[in-house]
Amino acid sequence: MDITIIAETQDGGLHPVTAQLVGAASSLGASLTVICPGGAGGEEACGISGVGKVLAVTGDCFATFDGGAWAEALDAVAGGDIVIGAATTSGRDICARIAARRGVSIIQDITALSPGLNITHPIYSGKANQDLTVTGNCVLTLRANTFPPAPSGGTAQLSTVQQSGDVRLAVAEAFARASERLDVTDADIIISGGRGMGHPDNFRHLYEVADVIGAAVGASRAAVDTWEEIPHSMQVGQTGKTVNPSLYIAVGISGAIQHLAGMRTSKYIVAINKDPEAPIFKVADYGIVCTWEEAIPVLKEELSKLT
Amino acid sequence: MVTIAVLLKQVPDTTARITVSDGRVDETAISTWVTSPYDEYALEVAIQHKEASGASITAITLGPPRADKVLKDAAALGVENLVRVWDDAWESLDSNQVQAALSTILEGVGADWIYCGKQSADRNQGSTGPGVAERLGMACIVEISDWDVTGAQPSFTRATSSGNERLAPTPPIVLTFTKTETELRRPNVRGIMAAKKANIEVVGADIGDAQVQVVAHNPPPQKPEGRKFEGAESVPEVVGLLRNEAKVI
Repeated sequence: MDITIIAETQDGGLHPVTAQLVGAASSLGASLTVICPGGAGGEEACGISGVGKVLAVTGDCFATFDGGAWAEALDAVAGGDIVIGAATTSGRDICARIAARRGVSIIQDITALSPGLNITHPIYSGKANQDLTVTGNCVLTLRANTFPPAPSGGTAQLSTVQQSGDVRLAVAEAFARASERLDVTDADIIISGGRGMGHPDNFRHLYEVADVIGAAVGASRAAVDTWEEIPHSMQVGQTGKTVNPSLYIAVGISGAIQHLAGMRTSKYIVAINKDPEAPIFKVADYGIVCTWEEAIPVLKEELSKLT
Repeated sequence: MVTIAVLLKQVPDTTARITVSDGRVDETAISTWVTSPYDEYALEVAIQHKEASGASITAITLGPPRADKVLKDAAALGVENLVRVWDDAWESLDSNQVQAALSTILEGVGADWIYCGKQSADRNQGSTGPGVAERLGMACIVEISDWDVTGAQPSFTRATSSGNERLAPTPPIVLTFTKTETELRRPNVRGIMAAKKANIEVVGADIGDAQVQVVAHNPPPQKPEGRKFEGAESVPEVVGLLRNEAKVI
């Protein structure tokens, strides 16, 4: 069985999820080829253990993101019975198109994978899991921070292939992000506030803690729906973002089922809530029954001591 | 002449508790079914586009008879044409089958602007928009967070790693939407009355065989009970545990 992995790139190099894709694919006991869109991260990919071959795909279409053009170019280069990508916004787009081009099925956002193929992925935003089997060739995307990364030490050969696709999306205007704040989907640590914060201005206390430990600030749906100052881009939960950080700190969040759906797979969860009966404590590894007004200054001070 | 289609999926209300019995999600335990939240934003923008362009909208859903409700709800907001794709023999369709069914209907409609949610609130896959676009030979912009469909050249904004990009695409195109701050319109009494009489066309499609088999649904694994502390004076201890036990800071 041949597997082609589509590297997830960022800032001209590899996104850490790429080594995780290799790690997961290695367990299937297949020969692995990594293809790098736009050629980014090719050398780096050669150094991932388990990779047989790396193809740096260069073409004009990679100057801007057009899922259709990228899929066309990558599919032209990709062999493989199975194609694996990352379940990111662009990864899902490209992979859905490659599956459609090949007339095979795609399963996105996989959290467990074993030979066979046996696949598990969350449904209803994590309120349940679905176990599947697939017959024949397919395309898969894997959730980040779920599979252990393949170690370094690989010595794969790098080849460069010139291949482009038909670009149909032109960017009319680009805007830099207003703030330098980390997005919750990119963060390894998230501190989120709920309606228990009392007033949107109080989120500044969460930003202060976030700055100490390099965290992103998120919010519950209740907070986003109540205060227009809290944008939907911060919302964690079923109709917001699904996150999977190493540490999730929930402050003044009661833990509505649709919020838990978006964050329950976080590696460690800390809940700070004055209501000892709040459902958030059911998923918290460390629960602190306390008002945020009392807890946050101490938290900030203690975290400052660490760094 | 602008022709708009919007893809709508019926899902359990997002506040619904999902229970599993005998290895399957128990759908009979779900009391409230709604239009998938992201699809509601797609519908809102499609209606804005229709109002500005004088186009007609065809709303399409794939689902059993209960899914008629999402079409009736769309009709109450002014959507003219309602199509439900279904065959009683269908069970759990894989992505290939879903896209085959929808693409067949969309080809018949001849829509050049296709609106849908970035993903459904039940399967959470996000494959339908770009997959249908690929099958129909169309461009696709995913996860649109802002738009202007009032002028002759509609434009759509998506997030990038460094900010936002505004695109002014040429149809035919598929557009997928995320949730935004936009207030969704509500139907008025006249719309609701008209929707009651609206006709839903029910059609089948040739979707081929399933490649993916569902083995089982499972509730999410329960975490072992965590530790609970009282008061701000416990914060230093928790920070110590995060560093030394969890090793996450």
